[in-house]
Amino acid sequence: MASYTVIHEKAEAFYDTFERKAELQGQTHYCPGCGHGIVSKLLAQAIDELGVQDRTVLINPVGCSVFGYYYFDVGNVQVAHGRAPAAATAVKRSRPESIVIAYQGDGDLAAIGTAEIIHAANRGEPITVIFVNNGIYGMTGGQMAPTTPLGKKTATSPLGRDALNEGYPLHVCEMLNSLEAPVYIERVSLGNSKQIMHAAKAIKRAVENQVKGLGFSFVEVLSPCPTIWKMQPVEAKRFVQDEMAAIFGVSNLRDRSKEAQPRPAAAAAPALEDLPRLLDLVNGSGVEGAAAHPPQELDMRIKVAGFGGQGVLMLGEVLAEAGLEAGYEVSWLPSYGPEMRSGTSNCHVRLAHHAIDSPLVSRPNVLLALNEPSLRKFLPVVEEGGIVLYNGSEIPEDCVRSDVRMVALPFTQLADEVGATKVGNIVMLGALLEATGMLEQDRVVAALKRLVHPRFFELDLAALARGRQEFRGSAADDYLWGV
Amino acid sequence: MAVNGKPDRGLVEMNAEECKGCGLCVEACPPKVLHLAEALNHYGYHPAVYAGVGCTGCGICFFVCPEPGGIRVFRLDAVAAA
Repeated sequence: MASYTVIHEKAEAFYDTFERKAELQGQTHYCPGCGHGIVSKLLAQAIDELGVQDRTVLINPVGCSVFGYYYFDVGNVQVAHGRAPAAATAVKRSRPESIVIAYQGDGDLAAIGTAEIIHAANRGEPITVIFVNNGIYGMTGGQMAPTTPLGKKTATSPLGRDALNEGYPLHVCEMLNSLEAPVYIERVSLGNSKQIMHAAKAIKRAVENQVKGLGFSFVEVLSPCPTIWKMQPVEAKRFVQDEMAAIFGVSNLRDRSKEAQPRPAAAAAPALEDLPRLLDLVNGSGVEGAAAHPPQELDMRIKVAGFGGQGVLMLGEVLAEAGLEAGYEVSWLPSYGPEMRSGTSNCHVRLAHHAIDSPLVSRPNVLLALNEPSLRKFLPVVEEGGIVLYNGSEIPEDCVRSDVRMVALPFTQLADEVGATKVGNIVMLGALLEATGMLEQDRVVAALKRLVHPRFFELDLAALARGRQEFRGSAADDYLWGV
Repeated sequence: MAVNGKPDRGLVEMNAEECKGCGLCVEACPPKVLHLAEALNHYGYHPAVYAGVGCTGCGICFFVCPEPGGIRVFRLDAVAAA
């Protein structure tokens, strides 16, 4: 009597039963003839053969293959659309001994996830990415993908994909092959039995590279989507063999698995308790020598405005920092354009003896206007009885408001006299301190010491003194306005 | 299972209830010993079935089948010298 031994059966890496549905728990959710089922089998077989089931983590995408976690009896993470390589990076770096496999379709990897795959490959992350390319969005009903062949009619290219309108099919393997870091890049196909047997080898190699600790390994699988392509399964398979393979060359683009050296594990992240020291933060919390309680009742809503480069944000920062030292609640909110110089720039600063509800200052009681446009822009919103310091020899006639206290001083020229145009903001700060007495001198000096480069510290002290002196000598009607 | 007294080199076990009748195995089978059944399985597909003789145990049907547990392939054990 002849006896037979099983040579191929359901891989161990699959669950015995798939619990997604109440019945037919041996079946996947894939359509008849779908390439995903075949790729899943090849991957499961590779996991079995390499003996890594207990340390494999599969990163499941968005798309038809979202349900990998119902089928693969391995660690599973299901991630946001296109982000599988980023999530795989995180898993691999935090669990270097794990075998991390990102499984993605073309809508996921080649459209919304283009950035993630390119940068993961460029970093040479030692992960395995299986990219199933069927040239269409399957799950959502047949929209055009970046990989859709030219001329193909889809739900979103009803006249057929036109290179002038929708661009050319995206060749992901070739793009990744322009990068230095990847170890293994191959495009395989499910177009016929021979190609499928070869795909099995490529997928296994891509996982094996990771087991060996080598770098980034990528396998693109040209795969049929009979349902959306509106073809019989056998016909769809032939389309892969004849048409898809003509657009996307089936070949190994790179195999450095022999010469590649195992990648050293990423350096461990610094311990949490070391961070304050690494970031140069005193004591890790708060400010040394800060007062526990505010010395007086205060509610300063300050708007500092000028053009970028005038030290607008810096002036606000010194105020907030000094306020913090003095024991006040503070907030500092910068608002500026993309220009580093000469764009408009302003910041909202609040100092209060009570909790601050919002860092936004829409109704300031102090306006520090470093140029004329800023004065014109913000003067109308200054609260009645508020203080306005203007960087100029006089307030423009049409900007005079009698219900606020306005002082014009040529802070830029005063700074030039002190020694550098750039300390105009600190001259203005000196005038503000003199006008309001809102902060003690030593708090401001301590804040400057921490915030400015030691090279400018003495200059800033001189600027501060000059501001106070000029304000005292100015035509302010009531010295020490108080707040 | 045997032709002319000589046992087949292989044997396949088709899971008719898991089969979705895509026909990829039927097309790929080199000795052409698989076909789609006239009858429907309880899901409503014509499942692939084995003719019962002629399997070479090549395993190609297993690899082209999209279902993880759709097909099991056996190979004839080497017979100890009788």
